[in-house]
Amino acid sequence: MKQLVVISGKGGTGKTSILASLACLSAWESSVVTADCDVDAANLALLLPGDDVRTEPFWSGRRAKIDADSCMLCGLCAEQCRAAAIRVEDCAVIDPLACEGCGVCALVCPVEAVSFEDNQAGMWMERRTAFGPLIHAALGIAQDNSGKLVAQVRQEARAVAERDHIDLILVDGPPGIGCPVHASLTGCDLALVVTEPTPSGKHDLERVLALLDHFAVPAAVLLNKCDLSQEFTTRIEALARRAGAQVVGKLAFSREVPQALARGELPLAVEAVAAPLAEAWERISALLSTGESQANQVL
Amino acid sequence: MRIAVASGKGGTGKTLVSTSLAWLLARDGHPIAYVDADVEEPNGHLFLHPELSDCQRYARPVPELKGKTCSGCGECQRFCQFNAILALPDRIMLFPELCSSCGGCVLACREMALGEKPREIGSIETGTAWAETRHPIRFLAATLDVGEARATPLIGGLLDRIEDRGIVLIDAPPGTSCNVMEIVRGADLVVLVTEPTPFGLHDLALAVEMTRALGKPVTAVVNRSDLGDDHTRKYLASQEIEMAAEIPFRSEVAEAYAKGQIAAAVSPELQSLLWPLGRRLIEEASS
Repeated sequence: MKQLVVISGKGGTGKTSILASLACLSAWESSVVTADCDVDAANLALLLPGDDVRTEPFWSGRRAKIDADSCMLCGLCAEQCRAAAIRVEDCAVIDPLACEGCGVCALVCPVEAVSFEDNQAGMWMERRTAFGPLIHAALGIAQDNSGKLVAQVRQEARAVAERDHIDLILVDGPPGIGCPVHASLTGCDLALVVTEPTPSGKHDLERVLALLDHFAVPAAVLLNKCDLSQEFTTRIEALARRAGAQVVGKLAFSREVPQALARGELPLAVEAVAAPLAEAWERISALLSTGESQANQVL
Repeated sequence: MRIAVASGKGGTGKTLVSTSLAWLLARDGHPIAYVDADVEEPNGHLFLHPELSDCQRYARPVPELKGKTCSGCGECQRFCQFNAILALPDRIMLFPELCSSCGGCVLACREMALGEKPREIGSIETGTAWAETRHPIRFLAATLDVGEARATPLIGGLLDRIEDRGIVLIDAPPGTSCNVMEIVRGADLVVLVTEPTPFGLHDLALAVEMTRALGKPVTAVVNRSDLGDDHTRKYLASQEIEMAAEIPFRSEVAEAYAKGQIAAAVSPELQSLLWPLGRRLIEEASS
């Protein structure tokens, strides 16, 4: 089983629409599992229509609750809570949006007024799409632990791939370089970094390539909106070369792409970008088939 | 007055809007601070080109074993909700990258064998942009070290450094999770930058829900307003959210931005589009 993760560092470079296009290209040969790991702002399902055949709750962590009758207003909990989640008024009150469930309040409470409730932090779904199964998720508003939900989505994607005898998982990663990104890329065979030739794109690409090096995940680069700046296109190509990452494709900016997306179509429907995308997919497939699979490593 | 510039979806133009607003308001003579709180991928400095006067490492507390009093009872491991402590029969192992810095293990240890030590996770930079002009922009930014998982403590440390004078524009990371909440919680107004695409709308709705959960007033800027459809405008109207500006796509703005220039500085059109929002911020800050 091979796993390709698409990340970017900078947001809005085109990860999701490019991943959906790659899913379409690979589905011409055989089904593919897609996994939307941008659980904060999950958009892949908007491009891959179908029915959700399974919806499961995602439990993560816990939230403290203070029993008003037992509380004697000593304020020790508020004093010790580093998340600043407790206000003492008529009773000590927990702000559930700030509580991290660490349990310090329960530890210091002299009258055992604190209890805990399991926290449903979101849910995840399996969808049947034209290209194969999609695992996607929705993190609840104001929830932490998106890294854990990403790990859950990855685990379900692997289980579904095994169940349906599918050899390829395409992972749509979140922006940034923090915890949910780490959870998205561990154990992947290849990371496709989608970037754009701007100062932000280059700056964020440098940090993403350093992160991939840190986690020893091989990298490839796809330059989107490459006609924005010839200068930065050249600089990003040089940067990728130094990092040992192949530039697998360059897509020119086209007004038709956002218009196609607004109609719910893939960028593949736009002639100007269809051919470079197909070529990029060939190069990515070649990289995937030569690389040694890391899929069996522990997450 | 603190203004959080947030978005839900990434790449909608938060940095473009916040750097342009900072430039516009400073030019008009108002005290302005720009704070880059997208600590995983900070980009504001690429456009504001600040002169940095100070760069400090930021550390958060994590547990450390001190002395030889540990009895191996395992109470610290049982207490820790974040799997940052593993108690083995003969020793304990600490995983500081998983630690939430709650400090509970130190309190839970009966033998007082645990203390805390600082763990560096990033840097906080202070400086000034347009220092040579009459109205410079105060600049504050933080950068998370590559490989660090938890950005929220660094964002907290950054927000603590803000000097609340005049208008403080905080450039937030994308998403709606704890990192963004940390910023929105302390904001007086949230400016949501979106784009009129299905992705933009989907993530805008999540961001609106988040700001409402925190009880914050919100206004919207629709970027690339001519590339997409009408659903975002209808959504904003249905939610009674004021549209502070609509910014059409202009390739000369995109190209100037690609050269590291402030978009408003090269586009009189953008200046006039953003000015009503700027005026509102000035009025609210002075009232």
